Amino acid sequence: MKTAKVDRPIYLDCAASTPVRPEVLDAMIPYFTEHFGNPSGVHRMARSSRAAIDDAREICGQLLGFGPHEIVFTSGGTESDNLAIHGVCGSNGVAVCPETEHHAVLHPVESHKGRLIKVNSVGDIDLEHLETLLDENVSVLSVMLVNNESGKIIDLEPIAELRDRHAPQAVLHTDAVQAINWLDIVDASARADMLSISGHKFGAPKGVGVLAVRNHVALAPQLLGGGQEAERRSGTHNTAGIVAIGVALQHLEKSRKSEIARLGVLTERLASGLHSAMSGCFETIPQAERAAGLLQLVIEDIESEALLVLLERHGVMASAAASCASGAMDPSHVLAAMGMDRVLAAGSLRLSIGWCTEEWEIQRAVEVIPRCVEQLRGAS
Amino acid sequence: MSGGVDSAVTAALMKEQGHDVTGVTLKLWGGPQDQGCCSVSDVDDARRVAQQLDIDHFVFNYGEEFDRHVVGPYVDAHAVGLTPNPCIECNRHIKFDALVTRARKLGFDSVATGHHARIIETDKGLRLARGVDEGKDQSYVLYMLTASDLSMLEFPVGEMTKNQVRELASHRGLRSATKPDSQDVCFITASEGRARFLSDRLDLHTADVVDVKGNDLGSIDAVELVTIGQRRGLNLGGNADRTYAVQVDVQARRVVAGSAEDLLSEDVRLSDHVWADQPHVGPVHVQISAHGAQAPAYLTSDGNVRWDQARRKVAPGQAVVFYCDDLVIGGATAV
Repeated sequence: MKTAKVDRPIYLDCAASTPVRPEVLDAMIPYFTEHFGNPSGVHRMARSSRAAIDDAREICGQLLGFGPHEIVFTSGGTESDNLAIHGVCGSNGVAVCPETEHHAVLHPVESHKGRLIKVNSVGDIDLEHLETLLDENVSVLSVMLVNNESGKIIDLEPIAELRDRHAPQAVLHTDAVQAINWLDIVDASARADMLSISGHKFGAPKGVGVLAVRNHVALAPQLLGGGQEAERRSGTHNTAGIVAIGVALQHLEKSRKSEIARLGVLTERLASGLHSAMSGCFETIPQAERAAGLLQLVIEDIESEALLVLLERHGVMASAAASCASGAMDPSHVLAAMGMDRVLAAGSLRLSIGWCTEEWEIQRAVEVIPRCVEQLRGAS
Repeated sequence: MSGGVDSAVTAALMKEQGHDVTGVTLKLWGGPQDQGCCSVSDVDDARRVAQQLDIDHFVFNYGEEFDRHVVGPYVDAHAVGLTPNPCIECNRHIKFDALVTRARKLGFDSVATGHHARIIETDKGLRLARGVDEGKDQSYVLYMLTASDLSMLEFPVGEMTKNQVRELASHRGLRSATKPDSQDVCFITASEGRARFLSDRLDLHTADVVDVKGNDLGSIDAVELVTIGQRRGLNLGGNADRTYAVQVDVQARRVVAGSAEDLLSEDVRLSDHVWADQPHVGPVHVQISAHGAQAPAYLTSDGNVRWDQARRKVAPGQAVVFYCDDLVIGGATAV
C-alpha cells in the first residue's frame, strides 16, 4: 500500500459507539473499588451500592419522562428491545414493527408472528399499511425514533393514534438508542409505553442500558433469578455501569441543545463539503428529516466494503450497514426496505458524529473521503 | 485467509519478507457448512492469526457473487446433466477476479494465497506450475490463471510440502498449525449431502436405467445426481460392483449402464479453453480431477485430448488441465 497510516484516527462512527466521558469514568471508579458491595445485600456496603443505583434510577426516570419505578436497568439496547418485545408478547401475541428497525427489534418481532410495516423511499412509515396490520391480536408495536443507519426521524404521534384506534390493547415501544442524542426525548417519546436506550451511544460504557416501562404495562421477565429490578430483570446489578448511564444522561441533557447545534453545523459542513468534492453521491434522507449528527450517503460506482478499508488506511473510521456474525457486512436491510437498488445500496456510507467529535476531523474527512472515492473509481 | 494453516503461514511469510500485509477472509456462503472458507469459527481462526501476526484483517462479503457465479451455476449444471467443479468457478470469479480487482483498486501490489502451486518465470513469461508437495498440488484448480493474473499473485507455500508448512506454523505458534485440511465442496454439509442440497434447489427426475444395448435394467430416483463413471446408486442389485454409468441423458431421463470397458474412451472433447500462452498442439500430460494422477495424451489441432491409452470417460462439465512437465499450459471443460 502506498498510503501511510496516521496516528490519531478521525472517528466518524459515533452511532456505533462513543468513548466514555471522563467525568463518567470518574463517577464509575469508586463502584469498582470502594463501593463494590452487592446492591441486593443487607449490610452497609451493599446499601452504598444500592443508593447509587437508586440515584441513577431517579435521574434516568426524570430525564426520560418516566417514574423511577418505571426504569429497568439492562445490559444494553439489544436486551432492552428483546425484553420489551418478548416480555409483552408472551407466547401468543403478535408483534408489529417497520421493516427498517434495528435487528434487535426486527428479529424478536419476527419471532412473534411478526408483521412488518412498509416504508417509502425516504424511510417514512406507510401509515395506510400500518392500519391494515393493526387488530385485536397485536400485543406490541415497536417503532424506533431515529434510524441507526439512515438517521431518519420518525414522529410517533400518528403511529400512536392509529394504535389507539385499531389496536388499543397494543403496547407501543420505541427504540430510542440513537434518538437519545438528537431529540428532546421526553417530548418525542411521550406516546410510547416503553423506551430503550443504550449507555455507550452517549458517553457511558458498553454493557448498560435502560428499558423504561410505564406502570400499566404487564411485562414478563426474560431473565429469572434473584428478582432484581422489581422482578422484571434478574441478575446482579452492574453498579458502575448504572451510575455511568445516570451521569452520562445528565451530561447529555445539559449539553443536548448546544451539542445538537454544534454537531448539526459540522454534519452539514461535512455533507456540503463532500457534495461539492464528489459527483454521484446523494443523501438517503433529506436534512430536515434526519438526526443532526447522522449522515448516510450513497456513493455511486463504489463498494462501501472497499471504501471503508481505504478510509481506514487514511485514518478515517466509518461504517456502512450492519455486520453479520463473521464480521462481514451484510447488504443493508434498511436501504432494501426503502426500495433502493442493491448495487446502489452496496455503496452506502454512514458518517456519524457525537460529543467527542472535533472540527478538524470534519475538515480532514472532507479532504480524505473524496480522494479515496476517486482512487476506487479511477482504478475500476 | 481461510482460517487454515496454509493461508496463516502465507500471511506470516509475507510479513517476514517485509511486506505491508493486510489479511482478508471471504464470506461466501450464508448457509450451513461443515468447514471451509467462511464459517464463523473459521473467520475467528483467521482473525486470531491476523492478531497474532499484528496485521489488519477484514472480512469481505462476496455472498451475492458466490451465489451468482458458483452456487447458481453448480445447480444449473446438474439440471442439464453436467458435473461442475465449484472450486474452480470460485477461483475464476471470486478469489482471482473480484478479490484481486478490489485489492488492485485499494492500491495493493499483490495478493498472496495459501494455494499449493508455484509461479515460475520462464522465457515466455510467468507460468503456473505444480506445487512442490505432489499430494497437495492445487495447480489443477488454478489453471485459469494467465500470465497477467500471475503477475499480481504470490503462492509462497507452493514452494514447500504440507509438513513443512505445518512445521513453520508450529514453530511460529500459529493456532491453526494442526487444523485439519478442508475438503469437499464448502457449501455442502456432510450430514445433508449433495443430493439433499440439490433436491432443495432443483426438480429431480426419475430415469430409466438401460444397458448398452438398450435393455431395461430398472430405474433411479434422480437422473440429475448421476455422474459418468459412477457405480453406486444405480439400483442394479447384484451387478452393481461391475457396472458403471457410462452415459447420462437428463433430457431423455435415461442412464446407460455398462462395464468398465464400455466406459473407456480414446479422447475427450473440450470447450472454453484457457491457454497459458499460444494454443498448444502435441504431446502433453492431462489431469482430469483435483486429486487425480496425470496421464499422457496428445492435444489435437481442434483443441481436444486424445489419450495415449484409452481411459475412463470424463464427465461433461469437468475441468481438464494440460501440463508440460510441471507447467500448466492450459485447460478446458469437458463437453
